[in-house]
Amino acid sequence: MLLKKLMTVAGLMLASLAASVPAWAETPAAAQAKWNMPVGVTEISRSVHSLHMTIFYVCCVIGLVVFGAMFYSVFAHRRSRHPKPATFHESTLVEIIWTVLPFVVLIGMAIPATGTLVKMSDTSNSDMTIKITGYQWLWGYDYVGEGVSFYSRLDEASNAARQLDSGIDPASVENYLLNVDKPLVLPVGQKIRFQMTSADVIHAWWVPALGWKKDAIPGYVNEMWARIDEPGIYRGQCAELCGRDHGFMPIVVEALPQDEYEQWLAQQKGGDEAPAQSAETAAPATEVAAAEPAVAGDMDADADAGESEAPAAAAGDELSKDALMETGKNAYQANCSACHQADGNGLPPTFPSLHGSAVVTGPVDAQIAQVLKGKNAMPPFAYLSDKDIAAAITYTRNSWGNDAGVVQPAQVAAAR
Amino acid sequence: MAHEHAHDHDHEHHGPPPGLMRWVKTTNHKDLGTLYLCFSMLMFFIGGLMSLVIRAELFEPGLQFVHPEFFNSMTTMHALVMIFGGLMPAFTGLANWMVPMMVGAGDLALPRVNNWGFWLLPFAFALLLSTLFIGGGAPAGGWTMYPPLVLQTGAAFPLLIFSIHLMGISSITGAINVVVTILNMRAPGMTLLKMPLFVWTWLITAYLLIATMPVLAGAVTMLLTDKYFGTTFFDAAGGGDPVMFQHIFWFFGHPEVYILILPAFGVVSTIIPTFARKPLFGYDSMVYATASIAFLSFIVWAHHMFTVGMPLTGELFFMFSTMLIAVPTGVKVFNWIATMWKGSMTFETPMLFAVAFVFLFTIGGFSGLMLAIAPADFQYHDTYFVVAHFHYVLVPGAVFSVIAAIYYWIPKWTGHMYNEKLGKLHFWLSAIFINLTFFPQHFVGLAGMPRRIPDYAVQFTDFNQISTIGAFGFFFAQFLFIGNIMRCMARKGEKAKARAWEGAHGLEWTVASPAPYHTFEVPPQIDDAETQAAH
Repeated sequence: MLLKKLMTVAGLMLASLAASVPAWAETPAAAQAKWNMPVGVTEISRSVHSLHMTIFYVCCVIGLVVFGAMFYSVFAHRRSRHPKPATFHESTLVEIIWTVLPFVVLIGMAIPATGTLVKMSDTSNSDMTIKITGYQWLWGYDYVGEGVSFYSRLDEASNAARQLDSGIDPASVENYLLNVDKPLVLPVGQKIRFQMTSADVIHAWWVPALGWKKDAIPGYVNEMWARIDEPGIYRGQCAELCGRDHGFMPIVVEALPQDEYEQWLAQQKGGDEAPAQSAETAAPATEVAAAEPAVAGDMDADADAGESEAPAAAAGDELSKDALMETGKNAYQANCSACHQADGNGLPPTFPSLHGSAVVTGPVDAQIAQVLKGKNAMPPFAYLSDKDIAAAITYTRNSWGNDAGVVQPAQVAAAR
Repeated sequence: MAHEHAHDHDHEHHGPPPGLMRWVKTTNHKDLGTLYLCFSMLMFFIGGLMSLVIRAELFEPGLQFVHPEFFNSMTTMHALVMIFGGLMPAFTGLANWMVPMMVGAGDLALPRVNNWGFWLLPFAFALLLSTLFIGGGAPAGGWTMYPPLVLQTGAAFPLLIFSIHLMGISSITGAINVVVTILNMRAPGMTLLKMPLFVWTWLITAYLLIATMPVLAGAVTMLLTDKYFGTTFFDAAGGGDPVMFQHIFWFFGHPEVYILILPAFGVVSTIIPTFARKPLFGYDSMVYATASIAFLSFIVWAHHMFTVGMPLTGELFFMFSTMLIAVPTGVKVFNWIATMWKGSMTFETPMLFAVAFVFLFTIGGFSGLMLAIAPADFQYHDTYFVVAHFHYVLVPGAVFSVIAAIYYWIPKWTGHMYNEKLGKLHFWLSAIFINLTFFPQHFVGLAGMPRRIPDYAVQFTDFNQISTIGAFGFFFAQFLFIGNIMRCMARKGEKAKARAWEGAHGLEWTVASPAPYHTFEVPPQIDDAETQAAH
């Protein structure tokens, strides 16, 4: 029976190989293999993949020999077939052999691994640099020297579907949990240096198709590099537990040919405030947000909140309460409602209700400070614009029966 | 208490005092062994229920049952409960019962410390589990407690730190007791190299515990002062270093891995010779291999941190030292198979679990070797591939060895044989469901599913569903085990002989079954036939 079990497991392993090999052969290298590590689209990712497969095959061979001997013994040296046990219990020669032999095999594995590691760590002579900042729970991208930077977070469709009991089938959402509002656009063929850091807790930036992940640590700047060979869209996720929404901060890299990339970059420089052109999902989300009547209360957690695309007003201007409430509602839905809920009831005891809350109805400065700096499970939101913060605070101070006055962007700016 | 204890000694065939206070006041290694084992069973079931919450939520993409924060609490608490509440007390319980009997000592060297060590645990876990019911929820930053995330924990934080301190004190007292007993209280003629391998592995484990638990205590104390007393050990803004915590934690954490597996090696090295009816192959090299693994476990910690951005030379050092562990571990596996070779094997339940251990632990070893390769680890790290790896070494590894040990020694403990049919059924259900649970996790991990996420992209659904089915099956199969144990404890089933297994050797089999309340008050004669594996 044990033999049968071995065969089943070995069969499973072989079947997995058999299933995955043709899959790589017929789909683009970028496609996510379902059973195995993707080959990826960089020289590094290919050597990592071949290292992975080499070690895997070596383990399979060792496994066949070792388990073969074991199950042969289980079969042949059971009492019914082998009633008289032998008495030997040592052999120096055999023991030396099975100490030295694995050592040699290990050296054989270590050589290519060292080579790949050395290549991976060489970030010199890069053509461009992207600075990546991890936030709870989104990514900030900075095209160093280009003056282009933006945030990238879970797209609205996934965000709506991923709420508890949302009633939306994740299978109906394209690239569920692996799509963002604004992807990181990169050129192919360039040696891109990535610098990772974090504004709050430790995150890890991981796109499997690039062949590696690297931690984004507050106070550290880590480096890694990639030269992407093929244009395409490559998806990944945060890989280091970073709190509540760790599972909901995906990464999307859109690799474009050099000329298209330059066009895109020029466009970004031209109009910083313009809605993202390349984010396929941003458009519908914005439409929904615009079409949504501004009635507080009937907006459920699964409603599309949309980016705060309200008419651009320079921070510092005095805004009317209505304008703040409208912007604030969107900002609240996008940033606060996951924990405090769309209806402000929160999820006590972890996430307090905002109805008559001491913080929300108390001194303005304390609430601004808490939003900027965070508290316990509440992350700092300093990366949002003054206007969004002021509007979201205004919204909380004047909804659900609260009546605690208006906050202007200037007050937030002053508190920073 | 002391008086009563002395009183028992005056009349050596006295049984334990009657009533519930026996268990509170006991200093008897057998009573405390039983308490440790019962406590660990309770914790295994609580931790198991938490894993079922995790697996239920992961049955389908989307969130169906729990909020992400609670999910994170479940993964965090599952690990803490299983490691510190399940496995470590289980092995300490086995050491309590067996180490004195195996070396021919009357009891552990420090019986009252032993009582204290055990009774710290219920309080430690009451504190830890109480966080599930307080405002702000249970710790959710992972059992590794990395700052700055763990510093975002609410009111549960000081309870977490204090309960870890208590668990650490408990482990250290247990470890000191084992070391002192083994080094000072062996029967005359029981030289170190005649000791059963279980005693050897526990001796080395005890040193690992004494060396590393204070390191953990230091690390969590620094977290405590960072949160409440304004220090900045791990806060870059104050000149501290969040990565330093990881170095300190894993300097504890990697030897901890071997604390959880070395006693398991000892159990398997005891069971296989019994049922192969053949002495353990390469006893000396088993001892040396255990010691080498223990030494290496202190110089490989940063392989848990390949992605934190260490300098190249650091990554190379930790890659090479980690790969090196495969050598002594390989020696152990080869020795077990050589012990089976040309034996005359029967497959009673303990042997089934032991053979499954060799097979499935080795699969965990293979994935461990893959993870040691730093460049490949950049892909594997923090994915379900890692989850599959460490569950293979901890569940069909360490947990299977605990189950095997209980089946193997329960005739000695209770005087009654367990039900063999029920035991075999338990084995086959456990072996099938555990593979169903964890084998598919290799695939989803390689295909890109990170660990510690409550929800996942739809392409990972199939494997997660298989995994969930396996987890539920494994959990419920364990009730057969509990039933079987209860049956022995209720004194049902065939009476066990003093030597319950015909191929068994060792001093524990020279005393009656059930073992009298006090054994070896007069040191036994060491008969070379009982230490036949040694020489």
